[in-house]
Amino acid sequence: MNNVEKMTDIVAKFVAYTAKKLPDDVIAKLEELGAKEDSPMAKVIYETMFRNQELAVKLDRPSCQDTGVLQFWVKCGTKFPLIDDLEALLKEAVVKATFEAPLRHNSVETFDEYNTGKNVGKGTPTVFWDIVPHSDKCEIYTYMAGGGCTLPGQAMVLMPGEGYEGVTKFVLDRMTSYGLNACPPLLVGVGVATSVETAALLSKKALMRPIGSHNPNERAAKMEKLLEDGINAIGIGPQGMGGKYSVLGVNIENTARHPSAIGVAVNVGCWSHRRGHIIFDKDLNYEITSHTGVIL
Amino acid sequence: MLEIKDGKTILTTPVSAEDLKDIKIGDIIYLNGSLTTCRDVAHRRVVEEGREIPVDVRNNAIFHAGPIIRPLPDDKFEMVSVGPTTSMRMEKFEYEFVKITGVRVIVGKGGMRENTARACKEFGAIHCVFPAGNAVVAAVEVEEIVKAEWRDLGMPETLWNCRVKEFGPLIVSIDAQGRNYFEEMKVEYNKNKDVQIEEISKQVGFIK
Repeated sequence: MNNVEKMTDIVAKFVAYTAKKLPDDVIAKLEELGAKEDSPMAKVIYETMFRNQELAVKLDRPSCQDTGVLQFWVKCGTKFPLIDDLEALLKEAVVKATFEAPLRHNSVETFDEYNTGKNVGKGTPTVFWDIVPHSDKCEIYTYMAGGGCTLPGQAMVLMPGEGYEGVTKFVLDRMTSYGLNACPPLLVGVGVATSVETAALLSKKALMRPIGSHNPNERAAKMEKLLEDGINAIGIGPQGMGGKYSVLGVNIENTARHPSAIGVAVNVGCWSHRRGHIIFDKDLNYEITSHTGVIL
Repeated sequence: MLEIKDGKTILTTPVSAEDLKDIKIGDIIYLNGSLTTCRDVAHRRVVEEGREIPVDVRNNAIFHAGPIIRPLPDDKFEMVSVGPTTSMRMEKFEYEFVKITGVRVIVGKGGMRENTARACKEFGAIHCVFPAGNAVVAAVEVEEIVKAEWRDLGMPETLWNCRVKEFGPLIVSIDAQGRNYFEEMKVEYNKNKDVQIEEISKQVGFIK
């Protein structure tokens, strides 16, 4: 097996694994929130969720039937030996995982409107690149973007007069309109930047950050907490059916902005937030930080 | 038939209007018997094309869902993974669908609106939510796939007629009186949201 095949195989196995087991931080947060709900309905919903995750591992099946479109956030060193092969290799890994896991066929070619039957297509899986100078490592976040939690995504440009008050309204409006059906408790990603595309990318990137992590900017971190408490206080609860906690967390990512514009975007992850994180060194030794005790 | 067993409210098909009369929005129930997956195109065929539904769902249950199925020998099938899909997509068809087919229990994800609520009230039916994302729990509560009709629609849209055992939890979102859980909750959520926007806005005046 050459190195391209070796890395393809590792990524395929890891992707299949993430369909069946949630990352450590998500499991811990669901356990924390589940224990704090006291209505019989919320309790039954959490019990079902925990039983489902146990059964998925025991029976070796995807825990949710919607295994999403695969997205990869890559932080690749310029000296990583497989940098040239990476994008093609990730696509091949998704095809492999789709037949091995099995994953649902979730790639429909636009305009021609047919399902490719392989879970990959033009531009899918999505690969987002961050190039890291002078490094020979490759870090990959894997993410299964399901249909239900993709639907609430929205981006727009506010006028500075609308301020962070406008950002607040933008995010909260989305929670009560589209958030209910997106399988709460949600992980909410917010991008605050200069235009729609910069904000939108950041709002998805924010979902790769571990639950409980904070934006290094003190005010941004304060706003994360305010939005988290505020959305919880709306009372959406698990499945949008009412409860004390509506979110796993709120993560904000930001850049500077044009003086005349505030780009803002929101993206959400469902309670079944299937995110993985794997780091390869130049010899393809790997470390998985999102899930403990994984044997691929 | 409606029974309470070990504290669980269990509906067994065939279900009568009488069985549903004491079930209220927010109740948690379980289902035994005949449950058929039925979603977008099947609704369109029944309502718009006027075709006869090839599985008898009268006094039985339908499930807005598209499963992952594994074929077995002798034209048998195994339910691998099945979860609810957004019920709202069927809202447009559901009044006519209930009227024509006589279905009593509709299972799906999220709320539905006035068309469905009107059907539930007029014809004696309910809509329930199966907690989404729990596809393995739902799959193991399917005892057998009894038959598969309209297979030309492909795996997600085929009518998979299942025999289920204590299928649930099902949370009643529209009852046979026509009350609608999500619509009532949304009023409260929106009120709470306005309060929170005002509170947070006082603390994020970073542009000065």
